[in-house]
Parts: sequence; structure tokens; C-alpha cells
Amino acid sequence: MSIFNMTIHELHSALKGKQISSLEATSAMLERIEAVEPHIGSFITVTSEQALAAAKSADQLIARGECDLLTGIPLAIKDIFLTEGIRTTCGSRILHNFIPPYSATSWEKLRDRGAVLLGKLNQDEFAMGSSNESSAYGVTRNPWDTTCIPGGSSGGSAAAVAARQATATLGTDTGGSIRQPASHCGCVGLKPTYGRVSRYGVIAYASSLDQVGPLTRDVTDCAVMLGALAGHDPKDSTSVDTPVPNYSAALPQGVKGLRIGLPKEYFIDGLDPDVQKAMNAAIETYRRLGAEFVDISLPHTDYAVATYYLIATAEASSNLARYDGVRFGHRAEADGLLEMYTRSRSEGFGSEVKRRIMLGTYALSSGYYDAYYVKAQKVRTLIMNDFISAFANVDVMLTPVAPTPAFKIGEKINDPLQMYLSDIFTIPVNLAGTCAMSIPAGFSASGLPIGLQLIGKPFGEETILRAGFAFEQATEWHTRKATI
Amino acid sequence: MKYQPVIGLEVHVQLLTDTKIFCGCSTKFGSEPNSQTCPVCLGLPGALPVLNKKVVEFAIKAGLSTNCSITPRSIFARKNYFYPDLPKGYQISQFEDPICQRGWLDIAVDGDALKRIGITRIHMEEDAGKLVHGELSGPGDGSGVDLNRACTPLLEVVSEPDLRTSDEAVTYLKQLHQIVTWLGICDGNMEEGSFRCDANVSVMPVGSDTLGTRAEIKNVNSFKFVKQAIEYEIQRQIDLIEDGGTVVQETRLFDPTSGTTRSMRSKEEAHDYRYFPDPDLVPLVISDEWIERSRQKLPELPEERRQRFMDELGLPLYDAEVLTSSKALADYFEAGIAAHSNAKAVGNWIMGEITRSLNDSGTTIEACPIRPGQLAELLKLIDNGTISGKIAKTVFDEMWRSGKAAQTIVEEQGLVQVSDSGAIESIIDEIMAGNAGQVDEYRSGKEKVFGFFVGQVMKASKGKANPSVVNELLLNKLKG
Repeated sequence: MSIFNMTIHELHSALKGKQISSLEATSAMLERIEAVEPHIGSFITVTSEQALAAAKSADQLIARGECDLLTGIPLAIKDIFLTEGIRTTCGSRILHNFIPPYSATSWEKLRDRGAVLLGKLNQDEFAMGSSNESSAYGVTRNPWDTTCIPGGSSGGSAAAVAARQATATLGTDTGGSIRQPASHCGCVGLKPTYGRVSRYGVIAYASSLDQVGPLTRDVTDCAVMLGALAGHDPKDSTSVDTPVPNYSAALPQGVKGLRIGLPKEYFIDGLDPDVQKAMNAAIETYRRLGAEFVDISLPHTDYAVATYYLIATAEASSNLARYDGVRFGHRAEADGLLEMYTRSRSEGFGSEVKRRIMLGTYALSSGYYDAYYVKAQKVRTLIMNDFISAFANVDVMLTPVAPTPAFKIGEKINDPLQMYLSDIFTIPVNLAGTCAMSIPAGFSASGLPIGLQLIGKPFGEETILRAGFAFEQATEWHTRKATI
Repeated sequence: MKYQPVIGLEVHVQLLTDTKIFCGCSTKFGSEPNSQTCPVCLGLPGALPVLNKKVVEFAIKAGLSTNCSITPRSIFARKNYFYPDLPKGYQISQFEDPICQRGWLDIAVDGDALKRIGITRIHMEEDAGKLVHGELSGPGDGSGVDLNRACTPLLEVVSEPDLRTSDEAVTYLKQLHQIVTWLGICDGNMEEGSFRCDANVSVMPVGSDTLGTRAEIKNVNSFKFVKQAIEYEIQRQIDLIEDGGTVVQETRLFDPTSGTTRSMRSKEEAHDYRYFPDPDLVPLVISDEWIERSRQKLPELPEERRQRFMDELGLPLYDAEVLTSSKALADYFEAGIAAHSNAKAVGNWIMGEITRSLNDSGTTIEACPIRPGQLAELLKLIDNGTISGKIAKTVFDEMWRSGKAAQTIVEEQGLVQVSDSGAIESIIDEIMAGNAGQVDEYRSGKEKVFGFFVGQVMKASKGKANPSVVNELLLNKLKG
């Protein structure tokens, strides 16, 4: 098997058994990146030299018998994670020259377990987008059909897994930014419960919604990655100090008797027929495996997108105030302070980011705050309560990830509302703060991957991983590979 | 027409924590620019705030000492505006649900009458950095940003508009200053900006119950300036109204050199701060137990201590006030009376010799070279008749200089008081013999000459003769 096709657990066995070295694996990955990158555009920065050096260190550890599950595994991470000494752009021109003096906790955790960094992945600018078209560093193409978008905002993270440019990747998910691209690119993507993984060193888009998570080839790898990422971080006041279970150990427990909810608001008329078909087939599979289905309702689903675009943009308008040209990042030539501010930000931010800053500034403005921001917070509470009530009767929920498979590049770029609706099934999970995962569940007639979403209770990652693993064992969707 | 001024104060109290409110950087004043910074206080992408528990403890102390309710669940909010000294483009502060609410201070005005001044709220927030102009070592003539002060913890204490005169405002401010320094949560240094004040001033016709439009005066950084600024502003507003104008809502800057205020920005130019709860910080939940623990750890406050000094020690109001003007002074006094129970004498010496010597040498009571126990030893020597009060002053000066014990100095220099009547009598005889003229004057009715004789005897005894024995013997002898 080609090294670049391997999962984490396969590569780990090979490394541990000394059939292969991390240096060989890393070199193979770097060659693969070079070969396919012109067609995909997953990366903003490839860190070849650092990767080879890290691989050599990993090999020394392995030689000493210290071979952790992630030791020597070549990974790539979204360019939203700060990496000390390595340029971090967040897909924005305003950070084209930003070299961070510190690293994100989540990356440090992987690095400390011996993982090798291949580079920084392309994304929508400041994680604002569902297609990776808002990046200042070029579009990323879907490895299954390069005329299609990979999804976003972690489009580079999903495309890199699908194009086998990294064994696994890290993304962030504010309204579906891990799950939607994972679905479009046919990989596994997990958004953990809010507070499960540290946000320290992750460039903030919407602080109350942002969460870090892995994108992998299979559920087994996803459990390994989550286990490495999860845990309390004293540097993030919103990270939760609750024990980290052994996610891998939970996987083989099966789904017999598992109560799976089907929220009726997620199976709407406008659903793409291929997506509907894949969902029906998945339900059948789970039934065969012994799961029980319960029809449930999440009655405030219709308000989720509007609520999200008030809360997320309000927080973003404040989070992005620090990009002012004073201390770091892009600074425009100007005569006075005000001109420096306006020109730096006008030149540095792209149009989607500007749109969201303006929306959010408006929602927080005196006279509008109660009507928009406060109202949105109240609706958010109703949406959370929807989930709490529904989870009283079910263990997990099964829904589509996105209403359609990946759409064409350019198709929705001039229609923000249509673009925003592609996250209609993922956004409520972020508002509720709970966890969810996208796993491969079929293909459209034109050969594009379709994902299914498993939504868990808060800190119920074990259950959705277990449900995902059972599905994966019973199907072969995750083994298919994009022909690139 | 007569006008009634209405004044409210907003006071920023810089807290004496070792580290900043949302990161572990030092709060030390005067270091190399930007040497005390980290990703959090530099506002770098990805950095997140973590609340310093000490700040919460200090805020609770301040709240309990000003009769506030402590909010069981308080939240932090972002105050959004752009300025180069504000690294994140917002200040983390509190807006709705501040940590302390609805308190008051009773201030003494016109002698004994007490007036209650409401405290609307006390909230926690971070300070901004500062801009440095024209002092850059590098090329060009731009301005620099020093973020050492950014993220330093502050309390903002907001009063109700209950103050009516500049004197009331200053009295309130001094009382608040005394409380925060007494609690040890602020160094009170107004020059370095550790305790700074904005004043909201308006005027309305006497008898009216509709408040006038207010102006907020910034940058009044001494008690004297507060008085000046408020008085100037009251008169400016009255003059404006008398001339047919109207006061506009605005922010004005006090200029200490001219003693005037000038417009800084109008209401139209005012920022829309777009406050909203900071999603990076969870709500701060303070349990009743925590509040109770803080209450028990509170030191006795100046007001209570002043009252105790009067009730238990019988000190007059003036003495009690002076001796409680700072916690260190009151502690010194109490240590003194623990070693020597003559409270009046200990108080007098502290207010007299000690205070004078501290002032002359520019020393603080904390660094006073004579410790309370040593002062008590000196006073014991007076009270048991070993030395006279006059000699004691000489001994005091020597103690200050050398650090030696009073007893040692008295012994080394032979300063023990002479009360032996035989010895004093022979001195008196000698002096009367040498000043026959004055003896005659006295005996012919010029009793004022008595003082001359006392002085001569004391001089001859080098001050050591016991004055009461001298008086008695001299009187007998002169009367013949």
C-alpha cells in the first residue's frame, strides 16, 4: 500500500514494526503534496524542512522504543492554528506577514506526542465561508471533482485528507466548518463539544461557537486524534475540566439497542434526492445492526441560520478589531492614524469578512442590540433547549450534513444567502454547543461523496464515535478514494 | 437665579496585584517599554484571557468596605473602540451585572453632620497601554506604544450624583482613597495614576428636581485639581446659562496649568462602545461562603477604628482622626499603646515628634527608625520620673540618629533626672546668692522673676533637675 494512503493506525503499526521510518513516510507525503497540489490547492504553506527534521526526531524516539500512536505521523493543520515561527495567515491578506511567537495548545499537544507538521492548510478567510473560495491564497478544489468546491471553511483540511496529502488534519468548526467539508470530501470530521478542546492559539472567528476538531480517513483515527486533543487548558477559561475518556476503547461496543433520533426538521422537501437516498440507506444499515429509531423534533431549527449570523458576526466584529495594522499584520501606508486603520483593514480583509464585520457591528449597535443580539441569544437558548429535550429520549441523532453534495466553484460565491444555507444542518449543533461528526455514507449519481451527521449529547463523543465505527464496519464508503 | 450643582464621581483604582488581570505578566511600574507583555496583553491572535483571582478578592474587599452588595453571578463585557493603546480593539470590562452594586459612604461635612453618598457600582476592568510621543530611539518621528500597563487590573467606582459641592466631592474622594489604601488593594499614588478620577458635573436651578445636562471632566489627578475643576465647571455652566446658552453633553478635559476645562468630544462624537458579554470568559460566580470569608478577613476600617480610639481610649476626635489617617499610622499607634498604656502620651508623641521627624527626613511611618516598642520605652522613662519631658526630646533625637534604646542613651549621657531635694537646694542657694538683685525684685512683688530662677536652676543642672521639685523648693526659698 502507498504510504500516503495509510490511516494513522496503519502507519503507526508500520512505524512501530520498523517496516517504515517516519522520515520515509514524511518524504513520501511531501512528494505527494508536490505532485497533487497544483490540482488541489490544499496548502497555504508547506513546511518541508521542519517536517523532515521532526520526522528524524520521531525516528530517534521510535528507535528508543518510544512509539506513541502519533509519533512520526505526518499531519497538516488549518492555517488558523498559531505555529511558533511559521507564518500563520488564517487565509487572510491582513496576516500575510504574521509569524506567531507562540503555538496553539491543540497543535502543541499533537507535536508533543511526536506528530510531524507537513504544513498549514488553506481555508476560508478567518473561517468565514462554506466553500474555501474566500481564501486570499486561492481556491481549494475538491479532489473528487476539481470543478467543485471542497466545502469550507476547513476546505483545505478535508481536501488534504481526500487527496492523501496528509495522514490526518486539524480543522475548526464554528457553524459546520469541519463537518461540511468532511462530507463533501468523503472523510471523517468531528466537531467536539464546546469546551472539550482548547481554543488557545486558534485565531478566533466567533468565540462562543468555535471548536477544534480532527479530519481523518476513518473513525478509528478520529478517536485517536480526539484523545490527543481533548482536555482542560488553564489558558482557555471556556475549556471544561472534565475527564477525557479512552475514545478508542469505546469503538467496538456496537449499536445494539442504541436509540437514534431522526429530527423531522432535517429531512425537508428541498433535500437533494441523492442525499435523501444515502440517509435512507444509512438508516437501514443501522436498523440491521440493531439500533432503534425515534422520530423527534427540534422545533426551532428554522431560526438557527438567522441566529447564527447575528451571534457569530457580532463576536467576529469584535474579535477582528485587533487587526488594525498597529502591532502585527498588514499595515497600509497612510498619513494619519484613522487613514492607517481604514486603509489597512480595507486592503487586508476580503469582501466576506467585511460583510460579516458590518453585520456584526450593526447587530451590536446602540438601538439595535436588544432587537438583534439579545433576541438571537434568547433564540439560541431555545435551540439548546430543543436539543436537551430531544436527548431525553435518544442517545444520538442522525441527519444529513449538508442539503446537497459539493457544488461547483463559483456557483454560490455571489449569493451569500444560498451559501449560508449550505450550513443549515450543522449550525444548530454549534449553537447548542454539543458534539457531532460527519462520516462517509454514500455518493451522488455524479460520484461526489455524501456524509451523514451523528449528533451526540454534550461530552457524548464516545457514543457518536461508537455509532460511526459500527457504520464504518458495515459499509465500505470510507475505503473509496478520489482518483487523483 | 440660584443654582444647585450636582456632582458624581467615577474613580479608577489601580489594584496592587503582582500580576495583570488576565495574564501572568508583572504589573511593576516603570520598566523598559513592552518588557512586561505576553500574547494575551499584546492582543495577539488566538490569545485568551484568564481571570486573576486576586482581582476578584480585592474587588470583594472594596465592595464590602463601601457597603455594596456582591453580585452572585457577574459577567465581563467587551467595550469596543479603536485606539493604538488598546491592543484587542476592545477593553474587557463589566457592563451589566458588575461585581459590586448599591453601596454607600457616609462623609462628614460641616463638622459632625454625616451625609450618605450612594455608590452605584464597582466593576473590574483592564487598563490600556500608553502612547509614547517623541521619545523613540529609532528613526523617524512617529509615536510608540508601550503595553506594559495594558491589562493592569482596575476597579471603577461609580458614585450616585449625590455630591453638591466641590468640598463634598473632595471629602468623598479622600475617604474612598483612605479605604482602598487602608485595605492594601491600591497604593493610592495619584501622580502615577494609581487612583484617578473623572467628575460628572451639572447645575440646575435651586428647587428644581430636573437634573441639568452634565459634562464629564477627565484627567483630574489630585484632590486639589478635583476641587479646582469642579468649581471652574460649575461656574462655567452657570455663566453659560445666565448668558442665555445651554450646556451640552460632552467630555471635557481639565487643564491643570490654567485651572480650566475644555471640550474634548461632544455627544455626537461619543463612541458607541457596543458592549456585549465577553464570550472568552465564563460568568463569575461568587458563593456566599466566599463573601463571608472575605468579610471575616477584612481589617477594621478607618471609621470603626477611629470610633474605637475615642470610645475605648478616650482620645479626642481630632487625635483619633489623625491617628487613623493611614492604616500604618494606626497600627504604629496600637503597637505603641500595647507596650505602654498611656494612650494620650503615645498619641501626642506620634502626632508631634514622630510626625515632625518623618516629615523632616521624608520617611514613611513604615520605615520609621524608632519602632513603637522603642517609643514606648522612652515614654515609660518620662512617666516613671527617670527623665523629664524636655530631656526626653533630646533622648528622642539621639534614638532617631543612632537607633540606640532610650535607657542606654540616658545612662551613657547621665541624663537621669535629679529629684534629690538636697542636691537641688544647694544649686538654688548658689543661684540666689549670685543674683541678689533678682531675689529682692521677687520679694518686692515682681513674681515674674520666678521664671528666671527656674531657668537658671535647670541650666545649672543641665536640664536634669526634676521641674516639680525645683518649683516647690524655689518657691519656699524665695518667699524666705
